[in-house]
This record gives sequence, structure tokens and C-alpha cells, in this order.
Amino acid sequence: MDVLYTRESLRALDVAHDSPPPGRFPYTRGIHADGYRGKLWTMRQFAGFGTPRDTNLRYRALLEAGGTGLSVAFDLPTLMGRDPDHPLALGEAGKCGVSVMSLADMEALFDGIDLGAVSTSMTINSPAPMLLAMYLVVAERQGVPWTSLRGTIQNDILKEFIAQKEFIYPPRPSLRLVTDIVAFCTESVPKWNTISVSGYHIREAGATAAQELAFTLRDGIEYVQHAVDAGLDVDRFAPRISFFFNAHNDLLEEVAKYRAARRLWAHVMRDRFGARDPKSWQLRFHAQTAGVSLTAQQPANNLVRTAVQALAAVLGGAQSLHTNALDEALALPTEDAALLALRTQQILAHETGLAEVVDPLGGSYCIERLTADLEAEARRQFEVIDAMGGMVAAIEAGYPQREIAESAYRDQQAVESRARTIVGVNAFVATTHEPVETLYIDEAAEREQRAALDRLRRERDAPRVQTALNALKAAASGGQNTMPRVLDAVRAYATVGEMCDVLREVWGEYTELPII
Amino acid sequence: MSSRIRVVIAKPGLDGHDRGAKVIARALRDAGMEVIYTGLRQTPEQIVTAALQEDADVIGLSILSGAHMHICPRIVELLREHKMDDVRVVVGGIIPDADVPKLNAIGITGVFQPGTPMQDIVEFIRGHVTAKVD
Repeated sequence: MDVLYTRESLRALDVAHDSPPPGRFPYTRGIHADGYRGKLWTMRQFAGFGTPRDTNLRYRALLEAGGTGLSVAFDLPTLMGRDPDHPLALGEAGKCGVSVMSLADMEALFDGIDLGAVSTSMTINSPAPMLLAMYLVVAERQGVPWTSLRGTIQNDILKEFIAQKEFIYPPRPSLRLVTDIVAFCTESVPKWNTISVSGYHIREAGATAAQELAFTLRDGIEYVQHAVDAGLDVDRFAPRISFFFNAHNDLLEEVAKYRAARRLWAHVMRDRFGARDPKSWQLRFHAQTAGVSLTAQQPANNLVRTAVQALAAVLGGAQSLHTNALDEALALPTEDAALLALRTQQILAHETGLAEVVDPLGGSYCIERLTADLEAEARRQFEVIDAMGGMVAAIEAGYPQREIAESAYRDQQAVESRARTIVGVNAFVATTHEPVETLYIDEAAEREQRAALDRLRRERDAPRVQTALNALKAAASGGQNTMPRVLDAVRAYATVGEMCDVLREVWGEYTELPII
Repeated sequence: MSSRIRVVIAKPGLDGHDRGAKVIARALRDAGMEVIYTGLRQTPEQIVTAALQEDADVIGLSILSGAHMHICPRIVELLREHKMDDVRVVVGGIIPDADVPKLNAIGITGVFQPGTPMQDIVEFIRGHVTAKVD
């Protein structure tokens, strides 16, 4: 970062040419001409814990408090395609998110919530087809047509290999499942966002802003290429691809990152893939404030950090936003802390005047220069990864993983040497340690879920389950789209673990080479 | 003559957040220790077997998922069964204050909560472990 940016800083950049008004290619300044005046961002708070019944109550509370979308946080067994009675799932059911084992749980999760009236995001990747199918069947039973459903399935497996590490199958069959969902939804659930290409986890794992931008967009390129290679028409599916970025502390760099992302994607879609529909060029994104920036020390400080990070997302034109709660370095948030996080967004939206003007920092020497620099760095990374044969090949070679591990270590060294200050941690340390009340998930959730699982296995139509699982296995072994078979298995009340297991039998499990 | 302190760093359970485990592994290595990182999703049995095979002085566990009260006792128990009581176990991650004395009581030597400097962990291990004499 320079000490001062002037007209000179932009001399080499064709800013005037490349920054038409918002709503016009390449959308650097935003995808809508009227910004938030036309539609405010969606206040979508990620939540899930314990049993589906526990989480259902939290959702109702968030909607009653003015939240405008839902976002499901699943527990680790669900994310990893294991039923809670699997040995590796010991002690995990309901701990880090809500436990959803079968259609019965999905019905309980959305009990009393009209799926035709709410938009729902589901953070699920390896078992994405199973959880999406459950949501679709709940809609079916509520009498809501699939064509009117709005929501997002994360379905971004590449960043799992790169950063979050919730993978099951090897990269190539995993990518095929991603494309199965894209193809199925394009035909049958047309308003659904089929992939949320995510930089959030890449950043949390230690990436810089530039790395987050580059790896995320390169993942996006990989998905589009895979779908095109599978014979899909780019302008039919690309408009339903969305993005998910981190909102970190460095406010100006973050705003520039979102602007650079829009400009890059517009060019990629038009120039690399030949997309013609402007909807294919427009990068829409969700943002979440940086969990990794939260400190266990002096947790009230986290409210301030989150407010500044949320400000970056709003100045950068996010379509939807999650603000973290101040107690999240310690545990999942209490209801009070989660409500305060939502209020932070409501204050930004309704009290600051920020929603009145589009891209207010556009034209700033500093912001335009940072935008151009981030874009250039991302393009350099695209070339490196293209030369390796694409993102799957780069992942198999450990390239993005190594780059991120390096950044994470450098960052930690900067904290230790106090080159980077963290208030309350390596500076301005408090002498007293105030205990904070946190949400405690006891073992009852796991006990309840395991009992429910036993009951389900006793009461359902076992031959029907077996037939459906066999058909799923056959589809996976052959070339058919797996989604219709997953839907049949879900309707028969097959569990997430059972459905993932038949795919494990076909494709095996992936073990990564540990890189430190 | 004493050899270098040997540390097995492990990620038990289903959680994949490995930033902390990897950063610590590297810090211990840079501090002159011999570090073996097991990678993700190791069962307590696999971790203890790795410690046995590697003749480890220390097992360092990284647990962020809240499952530490299930995993740590099992590892301590397995170490006893294998007569490896001299292997120190330290754990880092999101560990609530209330669980720290409980973990110490079952035989976990060190518990490192969020924000602990890498240098403190290096010094703690040096202070509690003397590398086995060759």
C-alpha cells in the first residue's frame, strides 16, 4: 500500500474506459444501475446447531427479527456424509451445526417455514446432491413448485480440496457430482443458485486477499469449463453461478477485491467462454465477515471488527451478507449474540445512508489502483494454474494448498513479531479475563439423533431403500445424472451416510498428501 | 547426547480446519524439533500408533470442533494401554475455560487456547519434555 494515491497512480490504467456506470459491462462498479435502492442486500445469518428442532426455533427467531433469508450450517457428520453412529462421528452430532440425517430431519428443520416465501442457502459440498434433494422433497410436500424455489447450494468442492477439507471422493468424480446438480437444476429448479464459488474458506485458511480472489475465480472457471465440456450451454447455466467472499479487516483492499472480482468474471465469461447473456457476465456474491479475525480475548471487540468488515462488503456491493457474532471465537453464537450481529447489518442498511449510493468509493485513486493491482495478480495466477493444466491438476500437485500454508505461516509470524497488531492479543492486552457466557451443546442432541436414526431404520420400507440405493450406485457407475436417483433414495428415507456410502463404493475416498 | 524432541501433530475427528495444526507443525520444526504431521481425520488409535512408530516424545492435537472431551480421554487411555505414559499430550484449539482443568486432570500436559503465541508453545514443550537419549 502506498502512502498516497494520486492521478499519477492511475496513469497506466484505462480507468475511464473500463469503469462505465454500474449495471454495464464489466460491472466493476456493480451489477445493478440503482445499487441497493432497487434491492437491499439479503441479511442472511448462517445458523445451525443441535437437532433440527433446535435450529428450527432459531430460524423462526431470525425471521421474526427481520432476517430476510436462511442459511443452514450443518454439523460435521452431515458435511462428511456420515451418520451419527459412525465411529469417526463420535461426539460430533449437532456440535458445529445442525444434524440432518434424512428427509425426516429436513422436514423438522423447515417445519412452519414456507419454502415458497423464503430463500435458503445450504452450506454443503460433498453430500450436496443429498441435501438439495431433501429440500426439494420438503418443498414438494409443502406444495411449493420447484420452479419457484429460491436459494443456493454451496456445491463448491474445489475449495474443499484447497482449504476447508470436507471432501469425500477424489476430485474428478466430485466434480462430476457438481455438474450433475448444475444440469439438473438448470432444467428443473431454474431459480436455484447451483454453485456458490467460495473464497471465504480459502481466506480463513490463511490466503491473502489476492490469493482469495485468484483461486476462487479460477475455481469458477474450472466449473464452467467442466459443465461446458459436459455439453451444457453456457448461457443457460452460468447466470445461476454465484460467489461467496470473505469480508476481512483491510477495508479498502476488500472493497477493491469485490470490484476486481466483478470485472474479472465479466471478462472471463465473455472472452474465455463466449457467453452472450449479460446475466452470465454478472458476478453476484454473498459475503461473510472474517471468522478468523475474531479473538477469544476481549470478545466485545469483535462487534467492532465485524461492523467494519460488514461496511467493506456493503461498500463493495454484496448481494447478501452474514455478520459474525461476537462470541464466535469461543463457540457457536448464543441467541443474543446472533441477534446483535443481525442488528449490525440493520444499522448499516437503515441508519448510515450507505444504501442510497452505488459504489461510493469508485473513482478514488487508491481504490481504482488497488482494484487494478488485484486484478493483475489474479490474472497472473490464472496463467500459472492454466499452465499446470487447470485447477484440478493444480490441486493434485498441492499448489494452492502450499501457497496458502505459506501465507498463513507468514501471517502468524507477523503477529508474533508484532508487525501485525491484534488488539487484545498482542497489544492492549487486558489484565483481567472476563468470563463470557457461551452456547453449550450438550450430549442430548447426539443421543436424540442416534435414537431417531435407530427408529428410522426400523420403521421405513427397507426393500424400497435398498432398491433406491442400488439404482443410485448404478447411476454413479454409469454416466447418468445422479440427481433423480438421489431424489428417489431421499423419498425412501435413505440416510445421508447410506447414500454417500454407495458412492464411496463406486469412487473410493480421497486422502490428501499432508502439506505443512 | 540428547536427540531432537520428536512431535506428532494430529487432527483427530471429522473437522478439516488444519490452519492451526500446520502453522504449529512448522513453528516446532523451525524451533529445531522433529515434526511428523499425520494429516486429517485420524482416529485415536491411528494417532497413538503413529506416536509409537515415530518414537514420539509429544503428541500435539488440534481440535476445533468441540469433540475434545471425547477424543482426549481416549488417547490418554490408549497411551496407558501401550505403556507409553512418558509421551506428553498437548492440545490446542477452541477449548472452553471450563474444560481446561478437566483435561489437565485426565493427563493432558498442556492446553493452548486461541491466541496463544507459537513461541509459548515451543517453550512449553521444551520445558516439559526432555528428548530421549539415543
